[in-house]
Amino acid sequence: MHELSLCNAIREVVGRAAAGRPVDTVHLRVGKFRQVVPETLCYCWELVTATSPLAGSTLAIDHVDISLRCAACTAETTPQGPLALVCTTCGSGDVSILTGEEFLVTSLELKES
Amino acid sequence: MGRFHRHDDGTVHEHEHEHEHDDKHGDHSAYETGPERIMVLERIFDENDRAAENNRSQLDAHAVVGVNLMSSPGAGKTALLERTLAHFDGRRRVGVVEGDIETSIDADRLAGYGAQISLLNTGDGFGGECHLDAPMVAKALVDLDLAALDLLLVENVGNLVCPAEFEVGTHVSAMVYAITEGEEKPLKYPVMFRSVDVVLVNKMDLLPHLDFDMALFEANLARVNPKAKVIRVSARTGEGVDAWFAWLEAQSACT
Repeated sequence: MHELSLCNAIREVVGRAAAGRPVDTVHLRVGKFRQVVPETLCYCWELVTATSPLAGSTLAIDHVDISLRCAACTAETTPQGPLALVCTTCGSGDVSILTGEEFLVTSLELKES
Repeated sequence: MGRFHRHDDGTVHEHEHEHEHDDKHGDHSAYETGPERIMVLERIFDENDRAAENNRSQLDAHAVVGVNLMSSPGAGKTALLERTLAHFDGRRRVGVVEGDIETSIDADRLAGYGAQISLLNTGDGFGGECHLDAPMVAKALVDLDLAALDLLLVENVGNLVCPAEFEVGTHVSAMVYAITEGEEKPLKYPVMFRSVDVVLVNKMDLLPHLDFDMALFEANLARVNPKAKVIRVSARTGEGVDAWFAWLEAQSACT
């Protein structure tokens, strides 16, 4: 399962950054190109943290839309529908991805002690 | 908006403000402390990517070309590898990192062709990892004599999603795609199809029995990865595999 692997990677980053401090919320920035199902990611987070100091913490996901720059007509567009990597202005497939590939832990909110 | 300060251990924290910023806004010493926030801004794949870079350096140090071979389960990676090892036996020194969730069935199939094989069972996770990552491949490299290799083929776990996300530290990526999988998969799994340099369209011997539309598949592939090279093969009959061997030879010549 894709989300399970991702949660394991997230746990590594969060564990290092928290350094033993109690975490309440993990803020993520996730591009839509990452094919992450938010509900599944949150469920997997419960699984991978269940027996760890991060148990009870939750994920807050900030989604980033896909935006493309067209090499043919230089337009910057956001494709409708997740699949087409095609410029919506001129139809060219020669596009570079500007946003939508993000996958980072942005911040942690700690539990109030 | 928050307020940052740096602790002795180097971590930077932000404290939430409990008031708006458009009014006059004097001394901050009296701001209300909400939950403490730690700024992280770390890419989740950073650690994996560092390990991948390290793997690639090791291959470079021994002039070994690494190829990450991916596909869905049953597309024919192992059958193609068998042909590939048989072809290069005595011509090129080939190593294989074999990723498999639980068994050594694939590694057993590949024995006897003169290649070094390192088996990575990934069954330790929740029901088995669905991909190889760079730290796993680093462990497999320890079992291989890189100085005695020209080419390293990494057979990833059969899956069209996870392997595309985790770089393993090879130089190029190839994908085996069976025509029994239909024409639309590049659109459903764009991350995978975008991540590869070459797509081996396999099971071409079945074409007369299927409704597979090659032109539509290639058009779909071009929508997500216009640069991918397409090689039509049948791992079963051997049709077209010479073009794959030539492609591998060309990669070796490039480095």
